[in-house]
Amino acid sequence: MKRWFKYIKPYLAYFIVGPLLMIVEVLGEVFMPKFFANIINGGVSNQDVGYIVSMGILMIATSLLMVVGGVGGAYFGAKASINFGKDIRRDAYRKVQEFSFSNIDKFSTGSLVTRLTNDITQLQNFVDMCLRMMLRAPGMLIGALIMALQLNARLALVLCIAIPIMVAVMVFVVFRGFPRFKIMQEKIDALNTNVQENITNVRVIKSFVRDDYEKEKFFESNANLKKSGLYAMNLMILIMPTMSLVMNFSSLAVLWFGGKMVMVGTMKLGDLTAFVTYITQILSSLMMVSMIFLSASRAAASSKRLGEVLDEKVDISDVYAEQKDKQVQEGRIEFRNVSFRYYKNSEEKVLDNINVTIEPGSIVGIIGSTGCGKTTLVSMIPRLYDVDEGEVLVDGVNVKDYSLFNLREAVGMVLQKNVLFSGSVKKNMLWGDPNATDEEITAACKNAQADDFVRAHKDGYERELGQGGVNVSGGQKQRLCIARALLKHPKILILDDSTSAVDTATEARIRESFHKELKDTTKIIIAQRISSVKDANTIIVMDEGKITGMGTHEELLASNEEYQEIYYSQMDRKEAQ
Amino acid sequence: MAGPRRGPGGPGRNDTRKPENTKATIVRLLAYLEGNLTKLILSFIFVIIKTLAALAASYMLRPLINNYIIEGAGLDKLTGFMGGLAVLGGVYLLNIAATYTEQKLMIHVSQGTLEIIRNDLFTKLQKLPVRYFDSNQTGDLMSRFTNDVDNIGMMLDNSLVNLASNALTLVGTFCMMVYTNIWLTLITIVLIPIFVKLASLLAKASQKYYRSQQAALGALNGYVEESVNGQKVVKVFNHEQICIDEFNELNTDLAEKQIKAHFYGGIMGPVMGNLGQMSYALVALVGGILCALGRFDVGGLTIFVNYSRQFSMPVSMLANQVTTIMSALAGAERVFNMMDQEPEQLDHEGAVPMENIRGRVVLEDVSFGYNPDVPVLKHINVQVEPGQKVAFVGSTGAGKTTVTNLLNRFYDINEGTITIDGVNIKDYNGTELRQHIAMVLQDTHLFVGTVKDNIRFGRLDATDEEIVQAAKTASAHSFIMRLDKGYDTVLEEDGGNLSQGQRQLLNIARAAISKAPILVLDEATSSVDTRTERHIEHGMDRLMKNRTTFVIAHRLSTVRNADQIMVLEHGEIIERGTHEELLEMKGRYYELYTGKAELD
Repeated sequence: MKRWFKYIKPYLAYFIVGPLLMIVEVLGEVFMPKFFANIINGGVSNQDVGYIVSMGILMIATSLLMVVGGVGGAYFGAKASINFGKDIRRDAYRKVQEFSFSNIDKFSTGSLVTRLTNDITQLQNFVDMCLRMMLRAPGMLIGALIMALQLNARLALVLCIAIPIMVAVMVFVVFRGFPRFKIMQEKIDALNTNVQENITNVRVIKSFVRDDYEKEKFFESNANLKKSGLYAMNLMILIMPTMSLVMNFSSLAVLWFGGKMVMVGTMKLGDLTAFVTYITQILSSLMMVSMIFLSASRAAASSKRLGEVLDEKVDISDVYAEQKDKQVQEGRIEFRNVSFRYYKNSEEKVLDNINVTIEPGSIVGIIGSTGCGKTTLVSMIPRLYDVDEGEVLVDGVNVKDYSLFNLREAVGMVLQKNVLFSGSVKKNMLWGDPNATDEEITAACKNAQADDFVRAHKDGYERELGQGGVNVSGGQKQRLCIARALLKHPKILILDDSTSAVDTATEARIRESFHKELKDTTKIIIAQRISSVKDANTIIVMDEGKITGMGTHEELLASNEEYQEIYYSQMDRKEAQ
Repeated sequence: MAGPRRGPGGPGRNDTRKPENTKATIVRLLAYLEGNLTKLILSFIFVIIKTLAALAASYMLRPLINNYIIEGAGLDKLTGFMGGLAVLGGVYLLNIAATYTEQKLMIHVSQGTLEIIRNDLFTKLQKLPVRYFDSNQTGDLMSRFTNDVDNIGMMLDNSLVNLASNALTLVGTFCMMVYTNIWLTLITIVLIPIFVKLASLLAKASQKYYRSQQAALGALNGYVEESVNGQKVVKVFNHEQICIDEFNELNTDLAEKQIKAHFYGGIMGPVMGNLGQMSYALVALVGGILCALGRFDVGGLTIFVNYSRQFSMPVSMLANQVTTIMSALAGAERVFNMMDQEPEQLDHEGAVPMENIRGRVVLEDVSFGYNPDVPVLKHINVQVEPGQKVAFVGSTGAGKTTVTNLLNRFYDINEGTITIDGVNIKDYNGTELRQHIAMVLQDTHLFVGTVKDNIRFGRLDATDEEIVQAAKTASAHSFIMRLDKGYDTVLEEDGGNLSQGQRQLLNIARAAISKAPILVLDEATSSVDTRTERHIEHGMDRLMKNRTTFVIAHRLSTVRNADQIMVLEHGEIIERGTHEELLEMKGRYYELYTGKAELD
């Protein structure tokens, strides 16, 4: 909880003034019955109209003050809670921007999005409610208690029985109710998952004619939901009746004992009616407190989930970099005894003692079956992950000694799972270089063989892409992603299986433009097709985290068993040529 | 295709919809309540009891004060006083018992009704044609089950019965006020138009700001969703700062709008409540004077003060309940709209039974378009003998997947005929037809559940040995054995913990276990690397043996041993033949195969 204080601090004034104004409202509520009692005690029985008028005016003035207090409290309360939420949202988002790839892998994207949206809203709502209730409930409790004691301390003994009963009921409901609601939420989630997969899997279900089977599953989870709903509700509907029971019978007791006092003249009638009101106020403020507890438990879950994001240790940073100003000049890459595993306790290494040197300006192909560590290997270059053992050097300097910005600025990487963003084609291209001219963009797109189809569309470079680039085909998307990387004018260009959906002829043209236009750039191409890497200066063959072969196409074909196997799995194509 | 998934709290959620055809919707909702009619009527009776008891209890203070609690009167009326209190206690108990019984009844009514509505909705969902799913977003369909049904539930839980209670309280209190003192009632009434005017002004303002807040929240959440999904790209492009700046802009905008929305929403309570305090003050002033002048009694004043303070409460609660009921009706309308969709007509009387199907499939002059004006397939003629393998190749949008959509009647053709063993597929029962065609689809969809259950989905009575056998055929056995609990490993939502290639292998296993004589493989191995593909070729051959197989593949190496290969372009078959024949033709297929043309 302490951590959130830092978000309260800048708006401390709002956080104080808001509840204080609310207190005005509460005080009014506490004093009004007293004033009314005065009218009855001092005015009615003495038939003193002047006193009644002055008391009445005091009451009207009080009610006006209460309006001011309430409105002001709402204003400052809104400012306080929303700015609080805004700052947390800002920091959480900034934190996610700092995340390394392994941080991102740890949280799934879906859960990160929920944390950044829903959880913050939950927390903000809770603070909002606290600001309204936090002082109000105890304020009213204390105020009404003082008034009651002051009116008649003996009569207040009734509270000694009523309050413990009330608290016991509340504690019971909060502690018993919370797990029941949790179960209900789980059943709701299960049902939603069930519906969701039935919608997305509709073709599978229909093609196997499994509608009855699915219906059975759904009916069961629906029945479970109903059961858990009733289980939770059965407890909740106890609240109101028991609360009324305690309140009403406390009033009865007060009327009985107080009434007798009035009859014998030891208490005034006005005081008795005021006292009844105070009893109600005291008990209902206790109920408010229980409401705060109930929602606090919900906010606590959100707070914990958010805390996990904010506390996540970013495992890659350039704080200890020794040559922060250094920029990559040539693009020479060297792996020295590099080993890596994604989970520190997993047995198998994803990369196992890798040693490779890649010369500036050369083309290197990497090939191997899925899961052999190709992607992981190249991810070490722009420090998307850090090595566990050994070191990666760029231009002879350990990548950890560059500033992250300079290092990544020099590496253009086209990821396997690549995305375009909503916005125009041009806007997407500007990701590569915010200052790129139209000519530069066109040139990059031409090199990536994307210019033609971009122009073929009536909006050309202004064409709007949907979220994730959904309205272009797979191959077109890959070419746009390559163009975007080219605009960075990188010293090192990495294509991670980024031409899989591009036909071989177009791919060949892309490679050709690399030869011509990117002479000084070190090019690393991960591919599944032999044809994609065949003319590379060096081809690296990987298997199970190890390099099993290195050389030109001809050399590997002659000596490397694995390369041969891959080659023959695709070779009919060659025969045809 | 299936629309993008909307996460929780996704953009564009708005609950302030208004129902369009209120009357019809109410009638249908009432029909759902029919099974619970007794409970519903009972709970209405209990609500009336509860409300009347509350009104009575509030009035009973007056005689108690006037007759017994008189200052300095001595204790001679104690027995009467006790009797009065006992009656009051009884009335309280009656109120509490009625409240509890009513709520107990209503939660059964509401939970039971919701269960039936959800079941009906889901049953309907299963009957809807594929076209409906293709033309509606997943998130939108989901929200009928979540938001819309929830709204109905909220109404049943609280509003429906309490609406009656509050209306009754309002009328009852008013009558009591008039009965108690007509002059003080007039004072209170004078304030009511001010209340109502102010309330509607505030409501309008808060609604306006609430809407703009929702729009801003939607924009921000959308931005977060998109940028977090592309987080790795953001990092690779050093784009973090720009994202932060853009985010902060949206965040500030949201905060500004939220402050307004919260403010106007937040002052409604205090303003209305404190206006209640004002009428309390006025009544105390005037009533006090009346009492002092002997024109009114203290007991009456005490209860009247309570009435005037509470009078604004049922008014604002009524307003709330009407809003809830409105959004429930809007939700119900959307639910009913889905239930009213035309279902798939698959089975019919006099259908030809499918027995001993050999698997001879003939497409004769088949034309089709998802939209009749835009033909996707034009005059397609294909003849496949039992056990043959036919492949379709061509660019995206050439109509390859459409062919498979037609075979099992996901969509019905516009022109021409498709026959299996000489019988038009429309003359078979649709369900039976589909049971005879096993499909491995392009989008690999798995279900939450164990690996075993996912494979068994292909044939529900399959034994565990058969499942292992099917997994071996699909070359999935070895990776399954490496999973945490082997075949009993629970897959997360849509198999999230498996790689795309592994999911494809499971899909193949699912088809392998089915005994259907016709097999459709739509890009079934597109995410499996060529080497692994080579390894599983043997298994695939076994899978396709004795089955008529339709293969759709991007990778041409997958189709070369097909008995017939069809090259589709713009909905027409432009070349056909075996691999060798097509290569010899040196046409389009040759260009594609040698990589001289784009397949995209």
